[in-house]
Amino acid sequence: MDYINAFWVGGLICALVQILLDRTKMMPGRIMVMLVCLGSFLGAIGVYDPLIEFAGAGASVPLMGFGNVLWKGVKEAIGKEGFMGLFMGGLTSSAVGISAALIFGYMISVIFQPKMKS
Amino acid sequence: MANLNSEEQKKQYEEYVKQVTPVHSLPVNMAKAFLVGGLICVFGQWILNTAKSHGMNQEMAGAWCSLTLVFLSALLTGLNIYPKITKFGGAGALVPITGFANSVAAPAVEYKKEGQVFGIGAKIFTIAGPVILYGIFSSWVLGLIYLIFQWWGGGF
Amino acid sequence: MPAIGKQSIEFQNDVFILGGGAIVGKKEGDGPLGNCFDRIEEDPMMGMNSWEEAESALQQKAAALAIQKASVLKDQIRMIFAGDLLAQSIASSFGIVSLERPVYGLFGACSTMGEALSLGSMAVAGGYGDIVMALTSSHFASAEKEFRNPLEYGSQRPLSASWTVTGSGACVLGTRSSKVKITGLTTGKITDYGLKDFQNMGACMAPAACDTIAANLKDFMREPSWYDKIITGDLGYVGQRILFDLLKDQGQDITEQHLDCGIMIFDQETQDTHAGGSGCGCAASVFASYILPQVESGTWKKVLFVPTGALMSKTSFYEGQSVPGIAQAVVIEYVE
Repeated sequence: MDYINAFWVGGLICALVQILLDRTKMMPGRIMVMLVCLGSFLGAIGVYDPLIEFAGAGASVPLMGFGNVLWKGVKEAIGKEGFMGLFMGGLTSSAVGISAALIFGYMISVIFQPKMKS
Repeated sequence: MANLNSEEQKKQYEEYVKQVTPVHSLPVNMAKAFLVGGLICVFGQWILNTAKSHGMNQEMAGAWCSLTLVFLSALLTGLNIYPKITKFGGAGALVPITGFANSVAAPAVEYKKEGQVFGIGAKIFTIAGPVILYGIFSSWVLGLIYLIFQWWGGGF
Repeated sequence: MPAIGKQSIEFQNDVFILGGGAIVGKKEGDGPLGNCFDRIEEDPMMGMNSWEEAESALQQKAAALAIQKASVLKDQIRMIFAGDLLAQSIASSFGIVSLERPVYGLFGACSTMGEALSLGSMAVAGGYGDIVMALTSSHFASAEKEFRNPLEYGSQRPLSASWTVTGSGACVLGTRSSKVKITGLTTGKITDYGLKDFQNMGACMAPAACDTIAANLKDFMREPSWYDKIITGDLGYVGQRILFDLLKDQGQDITEQHLDCGIMIFDQETQDTHAGGSGCGCAASVFASYILPQVESGTWKKVLFVPTGALMSKTSFYEGQSVPGIAQAVVIEYVE
């Protein structure tokens, strides 16, 4: 069932990244960059879409999925507009994720106050 | 002696520090990351399935999935719950797109004291900025390589 | 001659500690030393608008507490030596502006209390001020915002990480007689063992503590056993272990005498503080509320108080520099 595959593929990706967090000095910011670039690359070599076929959200929800979305956007735009597609594809395809983060992030800042950690 | 001057001595000290510094249990942390990450992906899958059952295509379903996860992550960030999820789940909360959303909402909340423009506006991308820059850039580079291959291919 | 050895001073004129005051946050109040602090503030914002202003409010309150306990008048204070962790020490500047006293602003990272007590006692011993104040603070939220991440950002802390104390400590020093004297000090050198791990501050600062303690023992020609207690600021569990090992390499064993404010201020098991407490406020509040009363009562007669600091900024860290440390030592003695 697709829920099972989403669970274990998504979980496995996270577990592997946990190794980086715990055993290297890599900080979360750097890890996020690495994941997004990896996703782009795996998308470009044609490996990521089959993974999404198999694992659904288990592959599309991790940040690598975001990188894959960026790659697909660029590829499609190149198909339509040639060279200019290089510059048109990225932000367009990732528009939902980035816009949502900015818009909801801003709204949250209006409503909520900074709170102390315990 | 006040300082260690040779690289070798510094390396030795670093090795020694590594030996005496306790670390989290990796298997335990991996298990927690597996659990949290897996659950977030399952929830994402549920959104995808629900969207498709309403007749949406893959792309639109994916957009709704991203939108929902980002919204919930931002909300949980404001409620100060997301940090607790990350403390427990580590990479399980960092890797999904929810981690990205948390990294945008968190500075927005924290820096509001410095104003709309110079606080929230300037600093909202403090953590997520690199993701966007290098995501766009890497897909651009790959796109360029793809384009060049196409031209060459077309030439033959 | 007051200057002795390579980097120490043995005061010929008396410098007394007239009183100390400390105010801390809720987590610190819930800790093992909770009952010792003069005030525990439940509201981390202190009723102010930002974490930075809250830290300034902490300093204001600590100063007022110290003034009251020292039975002096605010206007009698000739000089204030104050500093904090924030860029350009804004917590201190805005914290003490209302006191309207002459001020020297300091930066020593978490060693600031040692630095403030040192400079303050030099001023008193030199006849430059018959009543002076040493003051510093830290705030968990403002420090996280400055050095690490916004509070709402999720992250996992390694076991070597420490928890910045929300608190402020102030001491009034002077020529008037009391039960506690500062009899000497050892000025610390910046000590760099090349470590770049800002999440393991104890390991970054331990070499500095070792250097200053060793210098103190050498300059004063004392054995560790001369002191009842040798107390560092925030080396934490990891830094303590390293300090013991580094000193043993130099033939000194301080395991009997050593205490660490960062270890004492939180309960590691129940408060999830990993390596221990840290920040200028850690050493300062523990000194004013715990160490000072112990000496005042004669329970400890000779104490070496040596808070440590890690001298880095976000810029230096991102530019690949290491995290050097510094430790400022002050000798406190009970007056019979």
